[in-house]
Amino acid sequence: MSLLSLKVNGKTHSMDVDPTTPLLYILSDDLGLRGPKFGCGLGQCGSCTVLVKGQAVRSCITAVEAVQGLDIITLEGLGTADKPHPIQKAFIEEQAAQCGYCLSGVILTAKAFLDKNPKATEKEIQEGMSRVLCRCFTHTRMLRAIERARQGMAR
Amino acid sequence: MKNPTLKAVEQPMTQSAAEALARAGFSRRNFIKGTGALIVSFSMGGALATLEAQNRPGAAAVGEGGTGAAGSPPAGEVDSWVAIGSDGSVTAYTGKEELGQGMSTAQTQLVAEELCVPFQRVNLIVCDTSMTPDQGVTSGSQSSPANFNRNNLAGACATAREALLQLGSKQLNIPVEELVAVDGTIRSKSDASKKATYSDLVAGKKFDLKVNPAAKRKPASEWTVLGKPIGRPDMAAMATGTFEYVQTVRVPGMLHGMVIRPSAVGANLMDVDESSVSSMPGFVKVVVKKNFVGVVAEKPWQAMQIARALKVTWSDAPELPKQETFYDHLRNQKPTRDTMSVNSKDVDQKLAEAATVVKATYNHPYQMHGSIGSSCAVADVQGDKATAWSPTQGVWHQRATLAMLLNLKPENVRVIFRRGAGCYGINGADTVTYDAALLSQAVGKPVRVQLTRKEEMAWGENYGFAFAIDERAGLDAQGNIVAWDHEAWSPVLGNRPGYTAPGNVVTGFLAGFQPDEFRPRSPAPDPNAFSNNANAVPSYVVGHVGGADHGAGTIKSERVLLHNVVSPFWTGPLRSPQRLQNTFAHESFMDELAARAKADPVEFRLRHLSEPRMIDVVKAAAKTANWVTRPSPGIRKTATLAVLSGRGISCVAYEGDNGFSAMIAEVEVEVATGKLTVRRLVVAIDAGPISNPDGLRNQSEGGALQGMSRALGEEVTWDDHNVTSIDWKTYHSLPLGFAVPKVEVVLLNRPDMPATGAGETAITVVAGAIGNAIFDATGGRIRQVPFTAERIKAAIAPNAG
Repeated sequence: MSLLSLKVNGKTHSMDVDPTTPLLYILSDDLGLRGPKFGCGLGQCGSCTVLVKGQAVRSCITAVEAVQGLDIITLEGLGTADKPHPIQKAFIEEQAAQCGYCLSGVILTAKAFLDKNPKATEKEIQEGMSRVLCRCFTHTRMLRAIERARQGMAR
Repeated sequence: MKNPTLKAVEQPMTQSAAEALARAGFSRRNFIKGTGALIVSFSMGGALATLEAQNRPGAAAVGEGGTGAAGSPPAGEVDSWVAIGSDGSVTAYTGKEELGQGMSTAQTQLVAEELCVPFQRVNLIVCDTSMTPDQGVTSGSQSSPANFNRNNLAGACATAREALLQLGSKQLNIPVEELVAVDGTIRSKSDASKKATYSDLVAGKKFDLKVNPAAKRKPASEWTVLGKPIGRPDMAAMATGTFEYVQTVRVPGMLHGMVIRPSAVGANLMDVDESSVSSMPGFVKVVVKKNFVGVVAEKPWQAMQIARALKVTWSDAPELPKQETFYDHLRNQKPTRDTMSVNSKDVDQKLAEAATVVKATYNHPYQMHGSIGSSCAVADVQGDKATAWSPTQGVWHQRATLAMLLNLKPENVRVIFRRGAGCYGINGADTVTYDAALLSQAVGKPVRVQLTRKEEMAWGENYGFAFAIDERAGLDAQGNIVAWDHEAWSPVLGNRPGYTAPGNVVTGFLAGFQPDEFRPRSPAPDPNAFSNNANAVPSYVVGHVGGADHGAGTIKSERVLLHNVVSPFWTGPLRSPQRLQNTFAHESFMDELAARAKADPVEFRLRHLSEPRMIDVVKAAAKTANWVTRPSPGIRKTATLAVLSGRGISCVAYEGDNGFSAMIAEVEVEVATGKLTVRRLVVAIDAGPISNPDGLRNQSEGGALQGMSRALGEEVTWDDHNVTSIDWKTYHSLPLGFAVPKVEVVLLNRPDMPATGAGETAITVVAGAIGNAIFDATGGRIRQVPFTAERIKAAIAPNAG
């Protein structure tokens, strides 16, 4: 065990944890966050995605010691139901989910991608989302929501 | 039956009971405002209070789909379904779940509509064995038929509205005929100032009424809430990461468990060496019951490491049947259980007389539900009581079988539904609830278990059925079908647990329970009632059983025979179970027949259909897709010479009469590689009166693309001893970034018809439509799912060029 400092959604937490623990377990179990979720534990699906310094990172395969002191944003840290981030707003407006379990992966991967590629084409967005899974196959709506958000964010 | 005397639920409650209720999703607000509600037995384990049995009604009436398990609110009572709060809010109770398919939104619309209150004023309580009527399982596209057509939720709300009108009449001294229910009030039609609110009339009291099957339902022409594309109330919480899934349920004092599954299918436990892990950080306990092995630790990551480190010795196991020859294995396996759906007993004769006989064989693999979140449950078993937070599709099944597993009384077991990741059928939800409960019972504390990806895929699921299907048909000289013969082989093992068989899923079996017995039966008895529940009967035959035609088609000579055999793997319902596999074969074969008759595939289908709703969906899809009448294959080259394009159609009368759909697929095939690109999917759906058009579109779009993923890539694979498709690299799901086709959904609204299923109609027709489009493009016929590039390349090689 060792003492680590984690900065999650703007709040600093001092924690005594096994430094090799994947970040996901710390976020969901120790901090009780609901956004990042266990999907595969292998970094293959995206459900555990968080933003670390603006980059989409798979928290299920990222040791907590690797991100200490860095800015970590989870889906609930991006915006709230009352004040959603534009990309969350776009997903709500497009009703772009069924079970919604994959949304950390979909929304945060898209957010990180759009921040870097504000002028991305439809094809580039699809490529940017190529490692994210949604098993309800809400793809059509999700891609529409990402494009809606892109237009809003580019303005 | 005398109505039970029920006290208002504003009864003294200990702090811990209140907290437990809040955790279970019931704020005190629900209890105080929903004072007419029936609360039945309630147990939270030994540490928490139990509401007294005085609240338990007598023998429960049976909700459709369920058996009326002891202790559930009686389905025949209005109060079991709906309660009016003192502030005019409405609390409704349903036994049909929100699985991500939007059922809660549609059911809330139904309640708001029948009770004439705004959508926002309705609070829907979903599936809790202590609070909601037993409606069996949420599956098989049965939720809309059950709650929109029959005496369940809709009937209870209609009865309640009529009762409110009567009460209003009495209070206002105005005849019922001159009153109207609007916005939570009963008021005079001629003088809006003469009114009484629902809370004036009933708040804090029960209706004390039987559900009246004759209560007048609101006709679709008067709908103001139903039929509207109301957004899902859970969408904002999902998009902002605050929604509570079963995976995010946290119970105070909760420990974390992991399970260790056998080293091979059929292996038995020889030895567990607890000392290999007992000194590891966070270790609490190793739990063994027959072949069930699990560990409990303080934290989830600790549990994961302990499970990995635990030394377990398993026996050798017999080899699995070879995957390469599995479809032949199915055909040769004995014994069989044979089922004949239709048999005109002249098929062989008609085929002998036919001008042309066409035969083809289609194979469909086992497939997975492959939920994006592995299955999870939390259980709290203390003393003789148990509570489980479970994503099961059947909380009453889970309660009954959990009681068997834990050796407790069913009435002491409470199962609270909490949504998991989309399940699409029986994924690991039931098995993981047993896992959590066994571990919790062993440690006497709440335990959460979430399966690993591998456990979910190799040892958690009841896979969707594999099928080998032979189709045979005769054409007359004019190219009309004169006889259709269908014979299929499909392996089965286990199922949903039902009320009596925990051994139907992995953990129940490992813990010592047997699955439902396989009962050989051959030859099949003649059918005495028509059922097309599995869509084994093609849409194009008359379906003649018991002196009447029940089918959707015109072909009089018909035979449909199924041989079930024992499966080496667990099987169970996966979205459109059997229906999808049979429809793939029927619709591919229909296309082969049309090609042989040199007929246009749409025209050929219409020629052999009699059901008007089928004819309408086929025509609607063809119109939207600008279908050009001509036979297949077309073999038209697009701009790039190496790429061929084509279109294909497929349709189904889902379960014979529970929804209708037709799909047209447009594809491109790269000749050199067999690479397939699906450009467009047009799907026409008739699900009766549409409760929520946006919800139906969402379901249909998702069904179309999920069907495409299943057709193109998904297949359970195995070696001599184990399943080898154990993650997203070995089980191929189309990611968000694949070249998504344009999906167009055409909704045929039928306000005058009963509600039908909707969640499985689109997915059922996808493989047929895409396979037929590949044929149209290339002349190559794909008769095996998944349609890999290799298979496409092999099929088109002799034809294209």
